[in-house]
Amino acid sequence: MAHDPPRFCDQGETALSVEFGDRVDPAIHARVMALDSALQIDPPVGLRETTPTYRALFVRYEPLEIDRTSLIEEISARVANALATAGGERRRWTIPCCYDPACAEDIAEAALALGLSVDALARGHASADYRAYMYGFSPGWCYLGGLPDTLALPRRLTPRGATPPGAILIGGGLSLVAANPMPTGWYVVGRTPEKLFELQRQPHFLIAPGDAIRFEPIDAASFAAFESRAAQGETLARCESF
Amino acid sequence: MRAELRVLAAGPGVTIQDAGRFGYGRFGVTPAGPMDPAAFRTATGAVGATAAIEVSVGGLTLESVDVPLAMAIAGGGFDIRLDGQSLPPACLLALSSGARLTIRAGGWGAWCYLAIGGRFDLPPTLGSLATHARSGLGPAPLAAGDRLWIVDAAPSPEAACALQAPWLAPDAAPIRVMPGPQDDYFSPEAIALFLDSPWRLGARSDRMAYALEGPAIDHARGHDIVSDGAAMGAIQIPGSGAPFVLMADRQPTGGYPKIATVIGADFGRLAQKRPGETIHFRAATYEAAVSARRALFAALTQGPKKNPLFGDMTAEALLASNLVGGVISATDDPTH
Repeated sequence: MAHDPPRFCDQGETALSVEFGDRVDPAIHARVMALDSALQIDPPVGLRETTPTYRALFVRYEPLEIDRTSLIEEISARVANALATAGGERRRWTIPCCYDPACAEDIAEAALALGLSVDALARGHASADYRAYMYGFSPGWCYLGGLPDTLALPRRLTPRGATPPGAILIGGGLSLVAANPMPTGWYVVGRTPEKLFELQRQPHFLIAPGDAIRFEPIDAASFAAFESRAAQGETLARCESF
Repeated sequence: MRAELRVLAAGPGVTIQDAGRFGYGRFGVTPAGPMDPAAFRTATGAVGATAAIEVSVGGLTLESVDVPLAMAIAGGGFDIRLDGQSLPPACLLALSSGARLTIRAGGWGAWCYLAIGGRFDLPPTLGSLATHARSGLGPAPLAAGDRLWIVDAAPSPEAACALQAPWLAPDAAPIRVMPGPQDDYFSPEAIALFLDSPWRLGARSDRMAYALEGPAIDHARGHDIVSDGAAMGAIQIPGSGAPFVLMADRQPTGGYPKIATVIGADFGRLAQKRPGETIHFRAATYEAAVSARRALFAALTQGPKKNPLFGDMTAEALLASNLVGGVISATDDPTH
């Protein structure tokens, strides 16, 4: 279901969920991102922070500076104009990804569960166009839509141990890039040598919600070489506008 | 000039916090920040600091090494001792060279803030000193042997004062919640059961979430939503039907329906509950939540009254004058 106009749901007196729908859908997410950018360009008084998610924009505000009714009016005015100005350029990242089992700790297990060969899983994952929907769970964990249906795999019943840095995962019908190590119920099917989250670099996070993503397969030898270049501060992922 | 503090003992969960690491929620970064924002602001406001040490029931012992430092303490009813002498749980004091300050769990409360006049000589991470232990952002939790350096040390007070902060006094009134954002995932009966039932704070409660034990709250429309943003105080109901309240170290997004959200003015009162204690909730309107917020912010802006303590005051005298409750009579205040 899509909500037009959006639904405004309170999260206490300091936050609103502005809901554009109830499912993972590129068109719904485009509306979330359009409002997000409209609010960043022209923030109403009292706005503190916006967090885009799959289907809703989380808006944190200070009610002693702007009351809920006025904020909803300000947001509604921007919703009306946001999509008209939104259809502009997007960014597409091409991210090196090693699907060699040395990097992809769970790829054999995931392939077995999907009834595919390891090569078919890797080719399928690398052939898709992804959309960065949102970050969540932990810093630098970015959820991607666009995983081929043939790679849709339920999450594990019990979590695996901490992921390696730069893990690329699948689970629950989505893909995920996971900058920092954390335990997870998803499957590690690849690893990027790119530092997608780096405190010593501006920007700290390479991928922004709304970006398009492609994975470029690299072998284990290239991974090692790329990893040392990334350690020197080089950015390996390529970014283009489209 | 740099002043040094030595951590002689620190229980688990003693961390440095500022107001929180905001602005990076869109990249999955947890705000962290204080569990009891009102107590944090009371302590930091009294010495002009922007960060404080958040002391858990695990307790903390510190020793100052050189110049005297101004310190303010506020939070739950903790047992505060300066070189063995008992102090009220909300106080302003000078920690002189070689003095030893001990903060231990007292009669009530789960969190206590120690703010130091000056600033911690620590590098901010993503613009903040807030510790988020789970993701490793911010300073590591404090441990025995740590040295903390304070720069731009503020002048210390001549004499210790009790801080009269009635907004921090224990209060058995229900915790007020605003329904939503997913109250439509629950039947009116389930919402009534949530609001009318006494809840017990579970043992698996920490800075990330407070687990509530009581009747199972059933979902009318399933227990999965497509993840959305989550506010501090949001009350999620997972498939088990056992609610949990998202606290300072919450993940910035969540995938369970949120039946209601604790209002900002009552957040500290909830945070100060200890596992095993009983919690009651009550529905509040947006207008009531904002009105309570305005009243609390006005009190915090004005700050606590300072009532000088006297050097010859014994622990017994302090107890007798009800200072340990954090509230004293205005007639005890010689400035009146």
